[in-house]
Parts: sequence; C-alpha cells; structure tokens
Amino acid sequence: MSDEYILEMRNICKEFPGVKALNNVNFKVKKGEIHCLVGENGAGKSTLMKVLSGVWKYGTYTGDIVLNGEIQQFRSIADSENKGIAIIYQELALFPELSVYENIFMGHEIMRNHSIDWNETIIQAQKYLEKVRLKVNPAAAVKTLNTGKQQLVEIAKALSKNCSLLIFDEPTSSLNEDDSENLLNIMRELKEQGITCIMISHKLREVTAIADTITVLRDGSTICSLDAATDDISEANIIKNMVGRTIDDIYPKRTEKHISDIMFEVRNLSAEDRATGRQILKDVSFNVRRGEIVGLQGLMGAGRTECALAVFGNPYKYKITSGDVWIDGERVNFKTPKQAIKKGLAYVSEDRKGNGLVLIQDVRYNISIANLEELIKRVSIDDNKEIGVANQYRKEINIKTPTVAQKVGNLSGGNQQKVQIAKWLFSHPKVLILDEPTRGIDVGAKYEIYSIMNELVAQGMSIIMISSELPEVLGMSDRLYVMSEGRITGELPIEEATEEKVMKMAISA
Amino acid sequence: MGKSQSTAADIALGYDDESRSGGKTMAAFKELITLIKTNATSYMMYFALVVIMLVFQIWTDGKFFTAQNITNLFNQAAYVAVLAIGMTLILILKHIDLSCGYVAGLSGAVAAIMMEKMGVNVWIAMLAVLLMGLAIGFYQGTLVTKFGIPAFITTLAGMFIFRGLLTRSLAKSGTIIVTDETFKAMCQGFIPDIPGNTTGVHIVTMIIACIAVAAFVWFQVRSRRNKEKYDFPVVSLSIFITGCIAVSVVILFAAWMLAINKGIPISACIVGVILAGYAFMLSKTKLGRHIYGIGGNDQAAELSGVDVKKVTLFAFCSMSVLAAVAGFLYTSRLSSATPTAGLAFEMDAIASSYIGGTAVSGGIGKVTNAIIGTFVIMSLTNGMNLMSIDISYQYIVKGIIFIIAVAFDVKSRKK
Repeated sequence: MSDEYILEMRNICKEFPGVKALNNVNFKVKKGEIHCLVGENGAGKSTLMKVLSGVWKYGTYTGDIVLNGEIQQFRSIADSENKGIAIIYQELALFPELSVYENIFMGHEIMRNHSIDWNETIIQAQKYLEKVRLKVNPAAAVKTLNTGKQQLVEIAKALSKNCSLLIFDEPTSSLNEDDSENLLNIMRELKEQGITCIMISHKLREVTAIADTITVLRDGSTICSLDAATDDISEANIIKNMVGRTIDDIYPKRTEKHISDIMFEVRNLSAEDRATGRQILKDVSFNVRRGEIVGLQGLMGAGRTECALAVFGNPYKYKITSGDVWIDGERVNFKTPKQAIKKGLAYVSEDRKGNGLVLIQDVRYNISIANLEELIKRVSIDDNKEIGVANQYRKEINIKTPTVAQKVGNLSGGNQQKVQIAKWLFSHPKVLILDEPTRGIDVGAKYEIYSIMNELVAQGMSIIMISSELPEVLGMSDRLYVMSEGRITGELPIEEATEEKVMKMAISA
Repeated sequence: MGKSQSTAADIALGYDDESRSGGKTMAAFKELITLIKTNATSYMMYFALVVIMLVFQIWTDGKFFTAQNITNLFNQAAYVAVLAIGMTLILILKHIDLSCGYVAGLSGAVAAIMMEKMGVNVWIAMLAVLLMGLAIGFYQGTLVTKFGIPAFITTLAGMFIFRGLLTRSLAKSGTIIVTDETFKAMCQGFIPDIPGNTTGVHIVTMIIACIAVAAFVWFQVRSRRNKEKYDFPVVSLSIFITGCIAVSVVILFAAWMLAINKGIPISACIVGVILAGYAFMLSKTKLGRHIYGIGGNDQAAELSGVDVKKVTLFAFCSMSVLAAVAGFLYTSRLSSATPTAGLAFEMDAIASSYIGGTAVSGGIGKVTNAIIGTFVIMSLTNGMNLMSIDISYQYIVKGIIFIIAVAFDVKSRKK
C-alpha cells in the first residue's frame, strides 16, 4: 500500500429501499490535494460522503474505507472525526446564539481541573481564526456574522479538531462572489499546510479553477477521475461525463397533443426571505398552456420550490416584492393555499413526509382533506361517499394498499406519492404543480406517474413539473424553463433542448 | 368503542380466517392476544380502570360499588370530564392549556357573585360567564396563533392572571354560598322519574340505559357492516359480540347502580350532551378532520388549504368555554364558590386525556376515550377519599399512574 493516497473508498455499495444509491463506487484521494466531486443531483455524492463520515454507519453499506492505509469501521460521526475527517455541511451546524470561540470548541472543550478553561479557549480560538484569515472578535455571537464568515468559523472548528481531511458540501452555494473567492483561497492555503480537501460542487467554474483531481459520479457509479495536470478538464468535458446518458423509452409517449391557450402565467415575480433578507426569486416569468407539460429545471437551491410555493398562496410567508399570477385569464395573487386551491391550483410537494401527507392518518383522510366540502351531506361528512372517492382513485391510479383505511405511513414511497397526487386530483385543479414527483421512488412507480401525467394533460390539465432529473424533464416536457439562483436563465422548446444546453443554463449564474 | 379509529390492531387481524380453522375458542383467544398486543394503549386504559375499581372495592370493604358512591363518582367526575373533552382537542393540536383550571374557578366565582350578590337571573348569569369564557379563549388563542407565543407560556401566564382574578373577586366576600336551586341542580340534581313510581328503582334511568345499549349495538353493527362492505379489516365475529355484550353489561350495571339510588345525575346528562357533540364534530365534520390534520402534520394541512390559525383559535375558545361549564359544575356540586376552586384541575384534565390515549406527539386522540381517562383519574380520587388517604399521597399516586400511562403510550407507539 503506497502512502500516496490518504483515502481510498473501494467498491462502495449502498442501497435504500427500491434505489441503489451507490453501485461499486471507487474513490481515491491523494494526500494534500484538492479533490472535487461532481455529478447531477441524485448521482450519489452526498450519500458517498455520508458513508465516509459515518452518518451511514459501518454495516449499512458494503465495500471498504481505507484511511492512511487502514480499513476503517466508522459507527458514528464522532468515529470519523477522531480519525481526522470533518464535513462542512451546506446548512451550517453552528449555534447562532453562542460566541465564535464557544462554537469552535463545542464538543471538545479545553478543560482544566474539571472545568472549562475559557482563557485558553479564547487564545486557541484566535489561533484557528488566523488560520482561516477571519478577523472577528472571538466573543462575538455567531449569528452576527454573515454566511461566508460563519462558514469560516465552521472550518476553524474543523481545524481545531486536528482534522487532516476536510469535506466541503456545496460550500459556495449560499455565498456571494467575494466570499466564494475568499473561501477558495483559504482552501488553497489549507492545501499548503498539508490538509486534504474534498469539495462537492455544482459550480464547474470553481471546480476547474481549484481542483487537482475531479471525480465524476453518475447514477451511483464512478464515471471517471480526471487529473487537472494531464486530462481535459474543460467544463464541456465534465458536463459530458456528468450527463452522458441516452434517454430510453422509460417515458411513455403521448400519441397526440392538444396544447391551446395560456392557462397559467407568472409575471415578474420577485421574493425575499423574510428572516435573512436574501433574494430568493428575481423577476421570474413563465407560463403554461392548456394541455401542456412545462418542465422547471434547475439544480438544488435554484429557487424552483420557492417559486412554486410563492405562487401557491405563499404558505411560508416570503416577502413578495413584485409580480402577478394569472390563472385562466384572471389575476389572482393568492394570499393562502386555500384561495389557490379554490381557483384550481394544486401543488404536489417534493417533501411527502414533511409537508405533503399526514402519515399517521388513513389513505382516505389524506385524499379527502383538500376538498372535504364535496363530501358533506347536510352537516357531516358522508363516509360512504368518501370511501367511494378514495377507492375510485385507488383503482384509477393504482395505489397499492390493502384498503383505503391503511395508514399512509405504512405505504411505499411510490404509493405515498400516488396518494398525494390523488389528493390533488380530487381538488379538481386546472393547473397541477408537481415538485420532484419521482424523487425516491422506484422505476415502475415512476412510469406509472408519468402515465398519469400524460393522461391528465390529455384531459386538458396544465402541468408544471419541477425536477432536478434532467432525463425526466427532457423526456416528459413539451417546453422547459431553466432556473439558476432565483432567476429564469432560459426557456427551451423540447425540440431544442439537450442535456448539455440545459446543464449550462442551470449552472450559469 | 373503537368505532371509527382503526389502529394497528385492524391490520394484524388480517389472518383471522386462517387461525379459525384451528378451533374457534383457540382462534378467538389468539386473536384477543394479538388485539391486546397491537392495541395496547387503548386496552390498557380499560384494564387500568377495572383493576383500580376492583382494588378499591376490596380495600374499602365494598364501599366503592355502592349506589351512593357511584352517583357520587359521576358528580365528582363531571367537571373533569368536561375539561378533558376540551383539553383533548388542544392536545391533538400539540398545544396545551394550563389556565383552564383557574378559568373554571373564576367562572364559578363570577357566576356566584352575579347570582348571589347582584341578584342576576341564573340563566343570564351563566350566559354571561360563558361569554367571558369565550373572550378568555379568544385572548389566549390569539396570542398563540397571531403572535406565535407558545401555548405553554400563554396559558402559564393565564394561570397566574386568572388565579389572581379569582382571589380578587372573592377577596371581600370570602367563600360565597350558592342558594339558587336551578344552579345547584346541575351537579346535585337528577333527571325526573315517571310520577307515582314506588318500585324503588328509577324507571326512566333504566329506559334510557336500554335505549343507550340498543343505540350502541346498532351503531356498532352498522359500522361493522360498512367496514365489511369496503373490505376494511374487522375483528372476528366472536370478539365483536363479546365486546358488544361487555360494554352493554357495563352500561346496564352502571345504570342499575344509579337507578336504585336517585337516577341519572343531571351532571352526567350535561357531560353526555357535550361529549356527543364533540365526538360527532371530531369524527364527522370538516372541522374535526382539520383538527386531526393539523395535529398530524400542520404544514401538510396548511398546504392542503386548512386554515391552521382559525382552527387553533377555535380550539382555545372551546377550551375556555368548556372551562366555564366545568366551573359551573364544580361550584354547583359544592354549593359554593371558593378561592381555592381550580387548583390542579388542569392536571386532572391533561392526565385524563393522555390516559385516554391522546398521543403525546399530537394528531391522535378521541374525546370518548378521554372520558375513560377521566374515570381512571376520578376513581383514584374517589377511592382514596373513601379510604381517607391524605391529599398529599393522592397527588403522588395520581402522578405515578399518569406517568406510567404516558410512558406506556410512548413506548407502544414507537414500534
């Protein structure tokens, strides 16, 4: 075993119910290099890093993790940290109310005589802050720092644990230009100090600027490892390797299309997050016609879900600074989801468990909740009618459940998704927004959902499909919009859309 | 029981047909075991109730199951039952109301002052106090929904405020004796019997009990037929029949105990009407569905067009109005309004609801079961009072029973 490599992950396989997330992944990182890991959403990057850091503990995957020549069996994040591995997550894991120095030494406090030595803590914190070139008062509360500085605190925290392998998960996704540039410089400096960095990123410009090696993952497999010194690391070549896949016939074809007048339109929508003041939507305009499937593509964090929610009665109370929503020729600008539902808009959530379904309740209650009015006979809900409706959808869209009295939480992901779709079909929408409709469900159920979509547009419904999966968007849409950093960066008729074109728009800022 | 809320038990009953081949008694027994295992929480509460009652029957040398004491138990439990009904809604929504005890105390005091010191008509006084309850609920509900202050904090503050108001309102007069007969009848009176009955048994009570049994069986059969029609899981026929008979016997026994005394207490009728209304609302109306939806997943409910704030506000209003009713019942039973009324009422109500199977994590709970929980708690109070056990020990015992019930519930829901 040569000691050229600090880390080798050999033949890593990791399965989730119905999905093979990692399939024989091999991943080698040289000592002291900056190694970038790229791939589409769902390619397996985050899963691989979770395996490495012990989130998915030893035994839940197959294959070997070899660190400094020794096979490791991490059973928790603490295990991997002890061996010098630290992850800087997209969502920072800091305590906003605590000071910078308290944050840096949280979990490995400097002790003297069974109590914390605060003086030494502050002195040490200073030292690590200098290493990441952060000039702040160590006593300042973390919440007073901006995101870029908070990230540096996180790095200082990792350094204070004596880690030798730092993993950055999309570190610049929430940073502005200056902060991003600064972070990349810090990474270069860390490299000089002999610390190895792994960076997951969608921003290929940064990747090509900083990487010594680039590994591309696709569909849970390693596609290639490119050496910056010897191989072609042009963005074009990376994108080709990221997508390089042909669309096969997993998408049912529509025999005839009847796309007519504009059914739904959003004009110049801009919105801010109230808590952070960050602009999440910038001048977004798009439309959908009757009988049309419009794809809304973009990478994670591009603002697609925020856009859908802002339109769908704005339940999370973004501050909408401009823009109008039109449905069937009427200006609507919904204040609550209730109003949106009344006017024929429906939103199938990307997060079934979080805000899509009530898992502890029966299938039938979940299907009926958005349109109970229709089931009311005199003053009470007509049980027979409700069960009838639920059974009808169960048959029509093939929800596999023993009875509609089953708890939704006991169904598989695909069937849960169908329950969600049934709920919204029962509200009789004109426009259906599907947010990542096939995330985390198996191929068979995916096909069924695509077929349902085709049937609905054939009946004259308009569908907006938000999806990170490029092949799916290209396979299903009649037209697509691409979003990046809160803006629409492109609109393509399906005939002109290629994976490379879309990827370029999705990555462009 | 178990009419509309099908639980894990129903799933487990899928193999009903296979097991029957082995011999009917054996199969029924096996099924019963599975039922108990999978439905532990709801069976636990019946089991606890029976054990507690039997133990007190033995320890009190048979004083527990006497006509007089059963009547007493009903009157004692009434105000807690009313509070537990309101509390169940609040707990399903993942909130809590700590103030309801003193809202009840204050309501009783204000009603007494109006009737006894100001000479206001009993009905007008009660209506005014109910409106006061509504206003209190609106105030607390608004703080929780519009200002986003956690219910725990809002109602803890309410607890201080209403306790203060209660003490203040009775500061000059001290305890007020209530003399109004109509008001006193609420928790001391009984439904009238047919004139000229000399049998010593309250006939109307037994008639009502028979009607109740018939209605219960009819509802059970209809619900079972309906389930069968849609192939929903049902318990095997032998267990179904046993269950129906058991409940009918309990109803008839309780009615008999009441009938050989003075009949059904008016308090029980008040509780019965409120219970029926709330049970119907929760299981059969849009509002009820929305309450369960919010409790199960408030974000999903909001995105499904449920007005989460409005429903939550309703629950707080209903809680405080019911607290006013509980205040009437308590004051009526004692024939007096005292400054200590309201102390720890909320604890009994919360414990009742949790013992009755309301999920600690919200989203699940039934008002009918909360009443069973009330009987568990109040049987403890009643039995220990019969044994003249000091109030300090009573608190300890109730606390232990409460925490065991909740621990059991949490554990059985985890699998």
